[in-house]
Amino acid sequence: MEKYAQVFVERWHDLYSALIEHIILSASAVLLGCLVAIPLGTFLAKTSIGWIRSLSFTIANIFQTIPSLALLAILIPLLGIGTTPAILALFLYSLMPILQNTYSGFQSIDPGIIEAAKAVGYSSSQRLFKIELPLAIRYIMSGVRLTTVYIISWATLATVIGAGGLGELIVGGLSVYDKPLIFASAVLAMVLALVVDFVLSLFEKKLTKRENSKQNFA
Amino acid sequence: MIKLENVQKKYQDGYVALKEVNLECNSGEITVFIGPSGCGKTTTMKLINRLIQPSAGKVYVNGKDVSHIDPVELRRGIGYVIQSVGLFPHMNIANNIAVVPRLLNWEEERIAKRVDELLSVVGLDPETYRSRYPSELSGGQQQRVGVARALAAEPSVILMDEPFSALDPISREQLQDELIRLQKDIKKTIIFVTHDMDEALKIADKIVLMKDGAVVQQGTPEEILRHPANDFVKEFIGAKRLKQVQEIPTAEEVMIRKAVTAYPTRGLAASIKIMESRKVDSLIVVNENDKLLGYITIYDVLNQFKDENKRVGDIVKPFTHTVMPNTLLTQVIDIVDEYKLAYVPVVSENNTLLGLVTRGSLVGHMSDIYPSNGIGV
Repeated sequence: MEKYAQVFVERWHDLYSALIEHIILSASAVLLGCLVAIPLGTFLAKTSIGWIRSLSFTIANIFQTIPSLALLAILIPLLGIGTTPAILALFLYSLMPILQNTYSGFQSIDPGIIEAAKAVGYSSSQRLFKIELPLAIRYIMSGVRLTTVYIISWATLATVIGAGGLGELIVGGLSVYDKPLIFASAVLAMVLALVVDFVLSLFEKKLTKRENSKQNFA
Repeated sequence: MIKLENVQKKYQDGYVALKEVNLECNSGEITVFIGPSGCGKTTTMKLINRLIQPSAGKVYVNGKDVSHIDPVELRRGIGYVIQSVGLFPHMNIANNIAVVPRLLNWEEERIAKRVDELLSVVGLDPETYRSRYPSELSGGQQQRVGVARALAAEPSVILMDEPFSALDPISREQLQDELIRLQKDIKKTIIFVTHDMDEALKIADKIVLMKDGAVVQQGTPEEILRHPANDFVKEFIGAKRLKQVQEIPTAEEVMIRKAVTAYPTRGLAASIKIMESRKVDSLIVVNENDKLLGYITIYDVLNQFKDENKRVGDIVKPFTHTVMPNTLLTQVIDIVDEYKLAYVPVVSENNTLLGLVTRGSLVGHMSDIYPSNGIGV
């Protein structure tokens, strides 16, 4: 049992650098995902062209269904090995949930509110930033949270194409049957996911604070 | 003033929402658009702030063609209240009301003052409600805020799309009453869309009745009730309301039945006694079979009083005007008014006296059909 505790002290240097790599890997993928999926989801919610919407969702869905190991393997001939293809793969996985949640967030807004916003004289960009985004943010944020937790756990697989991170220590530990190391890396990945989820939930609360202060007196 | 000229609206799928609409809404008046669902009343209203563009025709607001005004600018100058209220849930009440003044870059101080003023106008205490959120308010309170938001930047025109339809009957009545009260002070040009005839009759200065994308009739509530243009209008108004207005009572319903009468054989002294005891200044003269002969007045009696031989029958004067029991009250009033009569006898076809329509009985009847319900008493 002692070994399991000791490994954190003895291998702390390795664990720490792997943890940082892991964070960079996941964060880059999720940020990229947000940068693409939130504007795209906004556009899809507002466009009246039906086929663009169904096409986008179909493509995002297809990425979602490719087994992660296979997707990573496919990317090797295209982008080689290392961090970049790993981030790309994780990014592709992050698209669907963020896109879907952004879209739902906009869809969830009462059409009466949109009509009122138009009628009081908001221009379309003012309407987007002052009314629609603040109202959709709760959905968008829950999409981002969900995605981040998934991506942190999937990022452990990215080691198969040499992306580093906690996955590398797990696979390394497997090859020499170093159970404490496997255990320590897995625990760190779990703790990372839990901490990030908690931090994002605080952030989400802050963003939607005013809406959450609702109490129904009616 | 708002004016629509030959306005048509046809959608791309070929659906014709408005056929050819011509109408005018006077400044400072409440014009109600009414009709069954799908008649185009809301579409017509939305043309005014360009939420919908007409396929043909012109829309003028205060003399300006709205197609030449930037829609965003136009809308900031027109108040808008909708059925679903549409308050912004992430903004508190003060910020909801302040939306248009902020868009118009008013100074914060002026905005804060205006918000408090408007909350008082719509009957909400500023201290209590200013910093609450829409979800903390009841439906009626939310719509009060909706009205305040529409009034915030003092627009001359306000559009209201079934604003009270979703409210419970008591809130609806209250808000209707308050709108009428408010309008007396603010004198805005209000376009009010509804499908509720009672609401329309209550608040409208002018009613525009629509069906299948066309105006069927427009006029004051009184004109529409009295002269419905066709069967559709009659049906829409409802038989009950038409009956209330159009069923004019007859002389028989209004008359008093116990007229003070005298036979022609009565002596003059006796007739004075009757007048004295019944506190009247004239008597209706009838024979034994209640046939009407005429009337005598106290002056006639006093003039002839010295002649002891004279009887009522000698000085009786015939009536110049009598009415039948089924004569309409409107005609009775015309006769009473035109010939300055104090009363007019109601007689049957064979000249039997049935009663009298007096000025007193007319007033009595009016107090029955227009009960005061304590208002203003």
